[in-house]
Amino acid sequence: MMRRGLAGQRLVAAFLGGALLFNYPVLSLLDRSEPFFGMPMLWACLFIVWAALIAVVAWIAERGAR
Amino acid sequence: MLSGTVVVAASFAYLLLLFAVAWYGDRRAEQGRSIIANPWTYAMSLAVYCTAWTYFGSVGRAASGGVWFLPIYLGPTLAMSLSWLVLLKMIRISRTYRITSIADFIASRYGKSHLLGGLVTIIAVVGMVPYIALQLKAISSGYSVLTGSDDSGVFPFAASSWFNDGTLYVALTLALFTVLFGARHLDAAERHEGMVAAIAFESVVKLLAFLVIGGFVTWGVYEGFGDIFARAFANPELAPLLSLKTASSAGYGGWFALTLLAMLSVIFLPRQFQVTVVENVNEQHLRRAVWLFPGYLLLINIFVLPIALGGLLYFGRGTVDPDTFVLSLPLAHGERALALLAFIGGLSAATGMVIVETIAVSTMVCNDLVMPLLLSTERFKRSDHPDLTGLLLGIRRGAIVVVLLLGYLYFRLAGEAYALVSIGLISFAAVAQFAPAMLGGMYWRGGTREGAFAGLLAGFVVWAYTLMLPSVAKSGWLDRSFLDNGLFGLEYLQPEQLFGLAGLDSISHALFWSLTANIACYVLVSLARVPTGQEATQATLFVDVFSRGQDAPATFWRGSAQVQDLQPLVARFLGAERARRMFESYARERGLARIDELKPDAGLVQFAETQLAGAIGSASARVMVSSVVQEEPLGLDEVMDILDEASQVRAYSRELEEKSQALEEATAELRAANERLKELDRLKDDFMSSVTHELRTPLTSIRAFSEMLLDDPEIDLKDRMRFLGIIVSETERLTRLVNQVLDMAKIESGHAEWHNTDIDMRELVGHAVETTEQLFRDRGAVLELDLPDQAPHLRADHDRVLQVLLNLISNAAKFVPDDAGVARVRLSCEAGQLRVDVSDNGPGIAPGQLGVIFEKFRQGGDEHSRPQGTGLGLPISRQIVEHFGGRLWVQSRAGEGATFSFVLPLSPEAGDGPDHAMT
Amino acid sequence: MAKKILIADDEQNIVISLEFLMKREGYEVSVANDGDEAARRIRAEKPDLVLLDVMMPKKSGFEVCQEVKSNPELQSVRILMLTAKGRDTEVAKGLALGADAYMTKPFSTKELVERVRSMLAER
Repeated sequence: MMRRGLAGQRLVAAFLGGALLFNYPVLSLLDRSEPFFGMPMLWACLFIVWAALIAVVAWIAERGAR
Repeated sequence: MLSGTVVVAASFAYLLLLFAVAWYGDRRAEQGRSIIANPWTYAMSLAVYCTAWTYFGSVGRAASGGVWFLPIYLGPTLAMSLSWLVLLKMIRISRTYRITSIADFIASRYGKSHLLGGLVTIIAVVGMVPYIALQLKAISSGYSVLTGSDDSGVFPFAASSWFNDGTLYVALTLALFTVLFGARHLDAAERHEGMVAAIAFESVVKLLAFLVIGGFVTWGVYEGFGDIFARAFANPELAPLLSLKTASSAGYGGWFALTLLAMLSVIFLPRQFQVTVVENVNEQHLRRAVWLFPGYLLLINIFVLPIALGGLLYFGRGTVDPDTFVLSLPLAHGERALALLAFIGGLSAATGMVIVETIAVSTMVCNDLVMPLLLSTERFKRSDHPDLTGLLLGIRRGAIVVVLLLGYLYFRLAGEAYALVSIGLISFAAVAQFAPAMLGGMYWRGGTREGAFAGLLAGFVVWAYTLMLPSVAKSGWLDRSFLDNGLFGLEYLQPEQLFGLAGLDSISHALFWSLTANIACYVLVSLARVPTGQEATQATLFVDVFSRGQDAPATFWRGSAQVQDLQPLVARFLGAERARRMFESYARERGLARIDELKPDAGLVQFAETQLAGAIGSASARVMVSSVVQEEPLGLDEVMDILDEASQVRAYSRELEEKSQALEEATAELRAANERLKELDRLKDDFMSSVTHELRTPLTSIRAFSEMLLDDPEIDLKDRMRFLGIIVSETERLTRLVNQVLDMAKIESGHAEWHNTDIDMRELVGHAVETTEQLFRDRGAVLELDLPDQAPHLRADHDRVLQVLLNLISNAAKFVPDDAGVARVRLSCEAGQLRVDVSDNGPGIAPGQLGVIFEKFRQGGDEHSRPQGTGLGLPISRQIVEHFGGRLWVQSRAGEGATFSFVLPLSPEAGDGPDHAMT
Repeated sequence: MAKKILIADDEQNIVISLEFLMKREGYEVSVANDGDEAARRIRAEKPDLVLLDVMMPKKSGFEVCQEVKSNPELQSVRILMLTAKGRDTEVAKGLALGADAYMTKPFSTKELVERVRSMLAER
């Protein structure tokens, strides 16, 4: 089971990382007025971090399946 | 604009399609070929989280608050990454104890309490009502935008009275479909495969529809993301939406509160509990849902901000309700089909939510509110109502209708004043109240019934006072004065600035106070007393669910029961036929042929109670079971004793298991060793017996002749000489035998000395032939010699190899026929080895004898031809050859002579015995 | 009339010594070198006594003994078994199969002669 295994611990680490990146003060660093490749910096960065977090979680969960 | 008929017809067609999917799913489930038993369907069914709120409301939220629609989806992403800690345990607990709702979960955990179950149900109903109202509002306003019946789109049909309000009929239609989906028949595990299939299907529909609209707005109306954002940046009204600080006054604290709220909601919303926990087919499916569901959330949110900005840029602020941009943007561009698709997507999101939510809530209402009340009346406890399955179904259907009507009522009362998202958040905050009792119950053994009750009640009251009542008051149905002046005019009781706490948005404010009150009451009241036996039992079963087996609950029951009482009890609630099947399969699992053979033990009582719990909730099941069995309640001390005992027993049994395994291994080793010893013993016995025989035979002759010579001095000289000759030859035989036995023993025990030197086999073979030539001459036989011109030297013991050669050649001499005997000795060089063949034209060896002639004391030939020999020559020769890493074998056919051959390697790997020549 | 004795043994030297001893006692002696021959000669010659070695090729002394004792026509044949395997089990087996006496090799010639004489005098 993944519950106690390495994958479980990795998922908790991913959660902590996500919680850090999605909150103050890291969030305030992304909140800038200048555009990011023509898109709002905050909006773009949130989606990028979000996608990255999902990718990491997917990697951990599916890898643990093996 | 579209005609109402088209929209209504399309909506019904879609609902029927959903129902067809559900029907197909149910059919496949009955055939045992489930279509929901895969991780993809499971993950898609979790997306029931995305309702009309997401579909319409997020755009509205983004139009007023920019990125502030996002925390509602970031929270679930974070929560899912913790699902291995939380959800997996919830799934395991619920499956093990047949828990079918959150109310049941909490009631069961805190000692199967009716009171708690009822309170949780009330919170769930009250909390979900605004949420269901939100869906109704979305559908009706969507309809009016689509048909153009009301330009403002906020309040459809401008209904003057309830009976010609279309929203009422929407609610009733949804109630009908929900009954069809979820309450057609009774399922002991509360599983609805068809419904899950339909939900997974609608999740796909709403995602695709939303992506199509998003694509249309982004690339059809505008020229991509860059274009929309560039225009927004340039617009001084819209530019603030692109930053977190400027878009809302809530600040980072509010952002955190929303994220936390969404995290809790994705776990504790009744419909999420239903699809995630109750409808879970396989725990392993969670593995994929952990990332697929967040991925779904990400996809459905990509176009939210572009649509919101696009709508604002197109319509300007204040003309069109941003909640309906998804519909009004395609309509404004004449894309009526696209608008209808968007509406179907929204309808899909709303119906999915309503169906699952009301089914979940109706299960709670039936099991944790109505049944306990009914069962508390004496009439129902007695069994004059033999079959209550119809009643159960009726209660559930009624609950579904009532919940939807309550939603409609709230929609009429408060729907006007609020945007979709604000309504939804009120429900989220209500659901968050379950978190302390649920999470505490799963990880902390100390929580008590009173603690959970106090926490839930406090949280609920604070929630109602700080969120629910203000929402009603703001709609004008309550006197607003308490909002501004506080209850009884007490300023510190202002609902939205409780105790003067200002600077938070209303949601964060309510969440802070309600959760604080909830957690504080839960913990402090729980700590006021030690848990009772029943609470401690349930606490252990929940907290240690992974380390305890299925049968653990039985440990905690003491009493006596009758199968004849239990089976009819289960039958009352589940139907006689199904109860019989359940008991039969339970009996089969225990290897019994019939139900009557079942022992009415703790396990059976537990089984019956678990089956009932699935249908009527754990608390009611407890009451019903205890009404038909005699049982003694366990005190805390007894439970603790059982727990200690159980853990000790577990430790002992583990130790015992390890020891017995070690013992088994040791036994096996001993047995093998014993077998080897026995075999050796048998060999030794055989050997000793053979040696004895071989020694006694010559001794017999020697003694007989000696005694005869001694007793009878008158034996004539000829006989006397003959007898003495025999005595001498038998003595020689005896000597030879003793020598060979000793030799054999030395070689076998490894004590033989090996004097290795470089030996020339040509010279050695020649020497052996010379030595034995006389034997052949005596028998009139010929010995031929075939040597190569030269042969490499090899390293071995000269005398031992000579011994082998002499043995083989003298054997040949013994077996060649008289006067016509021919023997041939041949030395040849092969790759890396030297080969010697000694062949004769004797009688040969019968096939059956080929194997045994190398065994000790087995001589070849029949009695007449059997020459003098000890039967040890060949075994010794073979030992010597093998000592030098070579091989000795024989080829023969009866009547055609025999060829004994051996090879010796030029560089022996084996046989590095003490090399005396080197020292 | 001289008593007939069959000597059944595969060891030539033992046969020679037994033959010499028996002839000296005045018995009529014939010789068999293996189990088969022994059984054949017993059936054909119906000797009064057989000196039967246990370890013989083709047929063991035990088998020959069993054959003789199960044949009602050969009831009068006495059997004295000789064995070089001195284990008690062998003795017990021989007696159980109906041997009239049992002697272990190497035997005392005097005792052997005494035993043969007494066995032949029993009837």
